[in-house]
Amino acid sequence: MSRDDSRHRGLSPVSRLEIANGRVIDPASGRDKVGSVYVADGMIAALDRAPDGFEADEKIDAKGLVVCPGLVDISARLREPGFEYKATLESEMRAAVAGGITTLACPPDTDPPLDEPGLVEMLTRRAASLDAARVHPLGALTVGLKGERLAEMAELREAGCVGFSQGEHPLPGLAVMLSAMRYAATLGFTVWLRPEAKTLAEGGVAHDGEVATRLGLPAIPAVAETIAIRTIVELMAATGARVHLERLSTAAGVALVAEAKKGGAPLTCDVGIHHLHLSDRDIGEFDSNCRLSPPLRDPADRERLRAAVADGTIDVICSDHAPVDEDAKQVPFGEAEPGATGLELLLPLTLQWGKDAGLKPVETLSAVTHRAARILGVAAGTLAPGAAADLCIYDPAKPWVVQPQALASQGKNTPFLGLELIGRVVRTIVGGRTVYSNGP
Amino acid sequence: MTMGLSPKQSLQVGPNGELRHLLTTEGLPAETIRKILDTADQFVPVSERDVKKVPLLRGKSIFNVFFENSTRTRTTFEIAAKRLSADVINLNIGASSTSKGETLLDTVWNLQAMDADMFVVRHAQSGAPHLIARHVKPGVAVINAGDGRHAHPTQGLLDMYTIRHYKKDFSALTVAIVGDVLHSRVARSQIHALKTLGVPDLRVIGPRTLIPAQVERLGVRVFTDMAEGLKGCDVVIMLRLQNERMNGALLPSAGEFFKVYGLTAEKLSRAKSDAIVMHPGPMNRGVEIDSSVADGRQSVILPQVTFGIAVRMAVMSMLSMGTDPDSSARSHS
Repeated sequence: MSRDDSRHRGLSPVSRLEIANGRVIDPASGRDKVGSVYVADGMIAALDRAPDGFEADEKIDAKGLVVCPGLVDISARLREPGFEYKATLESEMRAAVAGGITTLACPPDTDPPLDEPGLVEMLTRRAASLDAARVHPLGALTVGLKGERLAEMAELREAGCVGFSQGEHPLPGLAVMLSAMRYAATLGFTVWLRPEAKTLAEGGVAHDGEVATRLGLPAIPAVAETIAIRTIVELMAATGARVHLERLSTAAGVALVAEAKKGGAPLTCDVGIHHLHLSDRDIGEFDSNCRLSPPLRDPADRERLRAAVADGTIDVICSDHAPVDEDAKQVPFGEAEPGATGLELLLPLTLQWGKDAGLKPVETLSAVTHRAARILGVAAGTLAPGAAADLCIYDPAKPWVVQPQALASQGKNTPFLGLELIGRVVRTIVGGRTVYSNGP
Repeated sequence: MTMGLSPKQSLQVGPNGELRHLLTTEGLPAETIRKILDTADQFVPVSERDVKKVPLLRGKSIFNVFFENSTRTRTTFEIAAKRLSADVINLNIGASSTSKGETLLDTVWNLQAMDADMFVVRHAQSGAPHLIARHVKPGVAVINAGDGRHAHPTQGLLDMYTIRHYKKDFSALTVAIVGDVLHSRVARSQIHALKTLGVPDLRVIGPRTLIPAQVERLGVRVFTDMAEGLKGCDVVIMLRLQNERMNGALLPSAGEFFKVYGLTAEKLSRAKSDAIVMHPGPMNRGVEIDSSVADGRQSVILPQVTFGIAVRMAVMSMLSMGTDPDSSARSHS
């Protein structure tokens, strides 16, 4: 879609909007009751009672629907620049808003990696021109993600990076990690790290357990994660750096995080939607859609992860969106590229988790709204008057089936194909403008 | 409660129990295994005749597609196919084809366009035959001739044939599999088949560096002490130790491995006096097995090779019937 098309997709901007009769849920304030949302000039003007003299240009009847803050996804690969054969900014930004996501962070492992302010500016400018979700890039922690020289963090920050990450390229050496954390701490930046000891994970494609043993797949032991977490926590203590751990996958990892948090370490962490619902058992007979990084672990690990989001040890659920082209999955499991599409599954899979965990929707949604925004350090994920009018309106009852044609993402690879899920987005609003609409 | 993905349909056994592919011994019903062994029984005499051929697969094209070289295994499949009167095409594709840009599935589709009826596939990646089986036309059968560390089902089945030949009944046996279980597709195929056939005491013996995680969940007992593990065994299966295992940090040396886990007459004396000794070949004498044992009275290593031809003939003939829509009336002679 060209830039002009996206500006004229028939969903014209309106300056005053009234969303009436919806179940308005705002996890940041704990609100969950039927009411109205009034939007003016791209901001939340008021809840329930119209501001004096408010006259809506458009009125949306949200009866039977949930109105909540637009989702905040802290890890979605948009594959640009460099991997346009897997996905394009256009396709993935459409997918984001189709999934009710209005703010997202993208990891720096593009080609070239996001290690230069120019690249970051180009990406954010292109993203902004698409009139979809707000994009906050993560900058590369090291030049070219090579783990040798530090990237220009201050410059990258100025260009819009909200944190610094190695993406899927774990740091090879501890000296660089120590130095990177020390430098980031100097400037008050958060270092995002996927806890995986490179030498223990290298060559592995599945969790070191029964399934890898049965299928004869090279394995990644759980200690690859726990050793990395211990190391990171040690280096945090030594440097004072703030760290966000990306994609926890093991029960033992959760225990270490809980312990570090209890000790007051400025540590946060997330889990991807796949690891919240699946285990290595789902690999079945070599289903390459279940080839993920980190690997799907034991069902007992999954249970611990699910409980850890509920008790707050894990701060955030993310889509871990990683669209992969079909050719890269139509190969033997061990050669398949890791990753799965996730933007449009974040909401339904989060709702499913919350339902399973016996949580109220207002509790469930906090893991993908204001808690996520806090990790990014951006103002998002709330319906407080004065906040940006970034909204997600979804049908909490209508089931839909995950099928390739139901997904806007260019990546159709997901282990959930064929599954019926609840929570289809009806409308997504960014800055008071409807950027996605499906239904009334 | 968690979300269970829908259970995946078995690729290799059809709804009526017919064999469509042979990819792994895991999940293969006991009656299917027994039928393969019984069918092999009927093929053993064929190889002893002057004219070592039956016309069962006449006009069928069997493609031996080896992405990983193995002259021996390929030859056994070739002999089996030829004794069934099939046309055999051998392709050694090696690892280089993927670097030339052709994907595994492209290779298979190309060969399928040449009207292959059956693919015998060896590949370095676990699960490659599953991938192929999922993408071939209906009626085309895939035999796994060894994939990564995953499975080598015809080897596992010929081992079952050998054990049945010498021990008759599986239900009271103690069987030990010794050596590099971690990297062994043969061991996995044996374990699944032995469990299915009801072996009550199944053991694996080796150093912890070569025993895969949670292997107990496959129904085996793990021994690291060879003497203890061999105690009272009816069947001792030695695994081949690949030379490259010595390059990493898994083992110090071949010599040390032999000292601790090599099968010598002395160690074998812990097993029952009528225990049989098996090895999938090729053997490393002086590494996993001493020559005196390999050539000794308890060794059935060469009969394994002979039975292997009959078992592969049995599998090919059953697949030919399992995938042939008009075959219900036909039976082999």
